[in-house]
Amino acid sequence: MTEATLASAPPADSLFRRNLRDFRSNRLAMASVIVVLIFVIMAVAAPLIAPQDPNETDLFRRLQPPAWIEGGEWAFVLGCDGLGRDIFSRIIYGARISIFIGVAVIVLATGVGILAGLAAGYFRGWVDVVIGRIVDILLGFPYLIFAIGLMAMMGPGLFNIVLALAYKEWVIPCRVVRGETLAVRELEYVEAARALGAGSRHIMWREILPNILSPVIVVSTIRMANVIILEASLSFLGLGVQPPTASWGSMVSDGRAFILEAWWVSTFPGVAILLLVLAINVASQGLRDAFDPRFSE
Amino acid sequence: MSLLQVTDLSMHYQGRQSLVQRLSGNPQSVVRAVEGVSLHVEKGEVLGLIGESGCGKSTLGRAILRLHEPTAGKVLFDNSDVTALSPPALKAMRRRMQIIFQDPYASLNPRRTVAEIVGLPLALHGIAMGDKAREITAQVLERVGLRSSQLDRYPHQFSGGQRQRIGIARALVSNPEFIVCDEPVSALDVSIQAQIIALLLELKRELGLTYLFISHDISVIGYLSDRVAVMYLGEIVETGPVAAVLDNPRHPYTQSLLSAVPEIGAKRAKGRVRLQGDLPSPLNPPKGCKFHTRCPLAIPMCQTIVPVVQTLGEGHQAACHRLDEGLSLLDGAR
Amino acid sequence: MTLLLEVTNLCTEFNTRAGLVRAVDGVSLRVSRGECLGVVGESGSGKSVTFASVMGLVRSPGRITHGMIFFDGRELRDMSPDEMRATRGRDIAMTMQDALTALNPALTVGEQLSEVLIAHDETLPAGRAARRVAIRDKCVEMLGLVGIPSPQSRLAQYPHEFSGGMRQRIMIAIALACRPKLLIADEPTTALDVTIQAQVLELISDIRARLGMAVVLITHDLGVVAEHCDRVMVMYAGQVVEEGPTEQVITQPRHPYTRGLLASIPRPAMRGQPLTPINGQVPDLVGLPPQCRFQSRCPMARPECLVEVPMFDAGPDRRARCLRLEDMP
Repeated sequence: MTEATLASAPPADSLFRRNLRDFRSNRLAMASVIVVLIFVIMAVAAPLIAPQDPNETDLFRRLQPPAWIEGGEWAFVLGCDGLGRDIFSRIIYGARISIFIGVAVIVLATGVGILAGLAAGYFRGWVDVVIGRIVDILLGFPYLIFAIGLMAMMGPGLFNIVLALAYKEWVIPCRVVRGETLAVRELEYVEAARALGAGSRHIMWREILPNILSPVIVVSTIRMANVIILEASLSFLGLGVQPPTASWGSMVSDGRAFILEAWWVSTFPGVAILLLVLAINVASQGLRDAFDPRFSE
Repeated sequence: MSLLQVTDLSMHYQGRQSLVQRLSGNPQSVVRAVEGVSLHVEKGEVLGLIGESGCGKSTLGRAILRLHEPTAGKVLFDNSDVTALSPPALKAMRRRMQIIFQDPYASLNPRRTVAEIVGLPLALHGIAMGDKAREITAQVLERVGLRSSQLDRYPHQFSGGQRQRIGIARALVSNPEFIVCDEPVSALDVSIQAQIIALLLELKRELGLTYLFISHDISVIGYLSDRVAVMYLGEIVETGPVAAVLDNPRHPYTQSLLSAVPEIGAKRAKGRVRLQGDLPSPLNPPKGCKFHTRCPLAIPMCQTIVPVVQTLGEGHQAACHRLDEGLSLLDGAR
Repeated sequence: MTLLLEVTNLCTEFNTRAGLVRAVDGVSLRVSRGECLGVVGESGSGKSVTFASVMGLVRSPGRITHGMIFFDGRELRDMSPDEMRATRGRDIAMTMQDALTALNPALTVGEQLSEVLIAHDETLPAGRAARRVAIRDKCVEMLGLVGIPSPQSRLAQYPHEFSGGMRQRIMIAIALACRPKLLIADEPTTALDVTIQAQVLELISDIRARLGMAVVLITHDLGVVAEHCDRVMVMYAGQVVEEGPTEQVITQPRHPYTRGLLASIPRPAMRGQPLTPINGQVPDLVGLPPQCRFQSRCPMARPECLVEVPMFDAGPDRRARCLRLEDMP
């Protein structure tokens, strides 16, 4: 074999690349991705973007309305809250919390879920029974109440929120992975690998996992939107990130008291939650159509 | 001494049981996929294993390679008992015994390149790494009729026939002596099927391979086998040199199987043996001779007594109560 | 024999992501009353799409671009969807390769059979009770006709309770429920074992003789055609390459593809002799140049084959699409 023949070969077209092409041609999904990216950039570059210090209170600006309403000013575009803090800046910083928790919980849960699901689906037998029972028990608890209970036990804090949500969240990817593993492990290429002398580890990581990753990624994205809502709920209930750290959920909660005289305090963080969650959901729909055509239509 | 000697191999599966069934103490439902099969394959020959779907022929092939753990019996390969090998010894043995699968689509991992798929045995057994492995892979690929420039492509970029060639390359790369060909041409179009059969025979000649060739297609089996074994409901009912079995089938099942194959050429003057009914479920196989429910020659004793294997000629054996009577379904139909 | 189905210059195209695929390219064929036509081809030859087009079953992204389909003196392409629906099932029926997916798993066999009768059978009596009895009797009769034992009790069973061969029989029974003039059997035995396959084919031949209907047998198995069909049509890459009486086509093929196909079939009698496979593979149907489609794999190809080749007469009632027809041994 010469170098020339290798060089002249057309580029390999992997399944992943084909799927990615499908995804890119979906305009609505791409628009959603851009929305999500804007939020991510906001979160990462918060200190550069935020016009004000998010935690600086100024009682003179208490409940100052948005800029386009009588009494507002452009330096505080979306107005100020009950302590006179700039809502726009707080939303930008709040994006950090929402996205960090969303990503952290999903990464943790998906990691655990993949391990447990692969083990259950591949080894079956008692491993499957044990993991299956744990999953069943966890599924029996209402999510939010479970998380509230955990938070009450562990006390508030960013890290504890991630743990409290991941405690149950891993069940979802676990079930997806288990089901897919059960299907894929019976395929001939897995049998072929065994016939060639491959061990369990090789088969699980190299033969099965790459082929079940698509549905897992799709499900994880959908769940991320859910986790962001849950975090907002926890913060709304005062069990989330502690003040004065800005979090969208606690911002909505703070505004409740003035919802009639100063609607903007609750509304704008609420809109932020809606936008991000909607964008993630639409993007995941696109991901699903491109990567896992079985579920679409 | 045969290269492969299978003795009394059985493969039973636990059928699915509901909780109620278990509590009510019902007898276990067991699928007897393979039941007491004995066969041997000589070095350099092709043993054709023929049977209809559900007869257990694929399961037998996999049990021989210990891809499925057999329930009972012995598999001697080159004088070592495959069923008793420790995991590391079994892994080493896998270099020497390989398998080619039926479905050219399901048998290749869609997320790996051809180089990765074919080169896998080299890495697993530490035969070669890196450039050396790539070079060997490329050579094997060329050998099976593909181009080495296709090394970095993915399976979906190939046609069915080409994919089957990739599967063959994967089986060959570790230099095995024995290959189980599990319906390797059944999923292919006729013209492509001929290409693959020609390739398999060519490889066998050049590399001195030994095949256990599993198929439901009598024409294919008859064309490329040296000896034939006919399987029905988990048991081998007739075995022998290809000429003896095809020209002078002695078991009524073999006879009806042969007569069912549509033939090209002058329309056959003789009539047909028509088997009635379907294959019984292996979950609840008939007692006595398993073929008696469909056999036009069945007599009362067939329902209760299992026929023993009788030797009819050089290497030609069959299991039927009425062999001595010299009956033939084909004669009657002519 | 009078003509039942006549297709002239049929073209069916599919707009795929890879480009425009002409799956059926200028196919012409005739089926006489009571005749059995075998249609042979490998996957991608267009044999199934041709008859899906005849049945009006081609859906987007596919479409019939031109051609005429005359059935029993009427142009099917001019029919309204309602007329077409009435014709389908009553006058032309089709069975599919995979009986398990072609039958509705949620309905009993009896329900699926009576559906067809209710939709198409005008001879049913008017009274409600009499109608029900008539339908039931007819269902029992049909199942009996296709050789299902104790049809009465099996009417209430679901498709999954039958074996593969039995399901194929049921599909044939449904297809035959209204005594169609033409039965199109698309790979009726591909999914079945040889012993069962023989049963089903014999059944089709038997019913054809009894009901006097015409049968189109679509298959990839030349052996099946050899035993059951009066005439055969060989398709390759969307075109008919050869047609004629089965016996003649098989013993004396006039197209190199048919010859190659016959030589590719392994036969026990040929042990030890090398097979002569057709080299290469079916061309990609996207953007095919107007030239002989088999030329890239043909052992007899010459430079002059790089033109569009029409069908030539190759003897009485025989035609083949090859420029070198006369040179064929």
